[in-house]
Amino acid sequence: MRKVSAFNVVAIVIGIAFLYLPIAVLVIYSFNASRLVTVWGGWSTRWYAELLHDEALLDSAFISIRLALTAATAATILGTLAALALVRFGRFRGRLLFASMIYAPLVMPEVITGLSLLLLFVAVAVDRGFWTVAIAHTTMAMCFVTVIVQSRLVDFDMRLEEAAMDLGAPPLRTFFGVTLPLILPAIAAAWMLAFALSLDDLVIASFTTGPGATTLPIRIYSQVRLGVKPEMNAVCSIMIAVVGVAVIAASLLGKLTGARGTPARL
Amino acid sequence: MKKPPASSLWQRLVVRIPYAWLLIFFLVPFLIVLKISLSQTAIAQPPYTPVFSLVGGWRGLAAFFSELSLDNYRLIGSDSLYVLSYVKSLEIAAFATLVLLVIGYPIAYGIARTPRRIQALLILLTMLPFWTSLLIRIYAWMNILQRDGPLNDALMALSIVKAPPAWLSTDTAIYIGIVYSYLPFMVLPLYATLEKLDESLLEAAADLGCPRWKTFWLITLPLSSAGMLAGVLLCFIPIVGEFVIPDLLGGSQSPMIGQTIWMEFFGNKDWPAASAVAVLLVCVLVTPIVIYQNQAMRALERE
Repeated sequence: MRKVSAFNVVAIVIGIAFLYLPIAVLVIYSFNASRLVTVWGGWSTRWYAELLHDEALLDSAFISIRLALTAATAATILGTLAALALVRFGRFRGRLLFASMIYAPLVMPEVITGLSLLLLFVAVAVDRGFWTVAIAHTTMAMCFVTVIVQSRLVDFDMRLEEAAMDLGAPPLRTFFGVTLPLILPAIAAAWMLAFALSLDDLVIASFTTGPGATTLPIRIYSQVRLGVKPEMNAVCSIMIAVVGVAVIAASLLGKLTGARGTPARL
Repeated sequence: MKKPPASSLWQRLVVRIPYAWLLIFFLVPFLIVLKISLSQTAIAQPPYTPVFSLVGGWRGLAAFFSELSLDNYRLIGSDSLYVLSYVKSLEIAAFATLVLLVIGYPIAYGIARTPRRIQALLILLTMLPFWTSLLIRIYAWMNILQRDGPLNDALMALSIVKAPPAWLSTDTAIYIGIVYSYLPFMVLPLYATLEKLDESLLEAAADLGCPRWKTFWLITLPLSSAGMLAGVLLCFIPIVGEFVIPDLLGGSQSPMIGQTIWMEFFGNKDWPAASAVAVLLVCVLVTPIVIYQNQAMRALERE
């Protein structure tokens, strides 16, 4: 039997506390009435109210959400295709190069990805703005999508597809009727990750953006690099809350669909 | 497995669409960086010369190649700013990765030993901060590490220090930020291998009278080496090129290489120099990246 020692518990508790304390501090400070961030002036929601009047910030938030929706959807389609190619089509020509181009962006420093894409856009003389950032985010996020969908496809029971084909279903129908529903939870999780990656990205967006496409992280960065500001505490707390609720909801959803999917997979 | 021929067109599309996308938006841009790193700075739009163009035909192409030079690389080699920047980045990445391994291992090990139902919850808790923006998490540390921030308040209250030390704009702050941000990337792969560890091996060792530290050293540690390698690479490679963390938490005297690229590009508008710094960075990282790729591919195929 597994035994959990006191040492194990202490390691876990300290680890989790280390991960969450800074976030808790930030959220608490966002409710501080005082303009001096470190002086506690009582509880207040005034910084949240002030955000509503910050047009530039709201604009940026809107751009970021539109961008994340676009990039996540494109990345999910491309990434799923890439995963199918890698898992199902065995050794096609150029597979090694293909696989390298999937795995390299996962660890590639963002400054390099951002710089290289910008130089591409300059070389072909495209006006930079919303769509160049969308392309950049799609490229970066699709590789994460591929890895998630790939791991699901690897332990996919091929007999289900074979059964459908034996019963006369054409390949496309087999894919949309059998394969796709079974890998859907992985695809949904991948879409969410892609969305979060795009929403969070500062470096790649800074390189590839143009006039009129200032994303929320770029706006926040330009404010916070000069120091801590109470309004920024409030913005960041809202983003944390949104992402936190979404991820917890998705994992609960995943658990439900996962539980339902188990008998089908046996 | 046999494939019906009718699907071959679809098959080809499934491979070619993402393949083409990655060639155009990942490989080609990198070749452009390589080319610009061999160009000269110019006051023009775009700000470098020569500009690649097929209009001049072969003669133009030959002229284009003859104008390329290694000057930018010579500049980088001779200027101690750049060299120090690379050394500092590698040093910080190496030391931070070691700290991450030492901190992350007991956490992953602890999680892997808890009952299954709690494991899922703990992994969710470990991953949750990773989903929130890196920028925000680093900003949270700017709050904490201020001179009159909560960390110094706590240290003063416990009378560990007499005068509040300055944390921001120091390398210590960079280390704190990096360890904090990359901890999930270290814990997750370690947990994945530790969780699969065959318990009966540990029981056998215990039955044969092996002390627990020795079991750990001889069995657990070697069997989790794949997870350690994955965690180390997953942290080390991006940390070397990290920009946000040193920019917000570190000082301005000795920048890391990601900041140097950023400054050359946005500050000095020297695109060729920025490109050359980036190419050299990739050269430094290419070995760990290839090891990481092989490992990731093998891990997926083994499953």
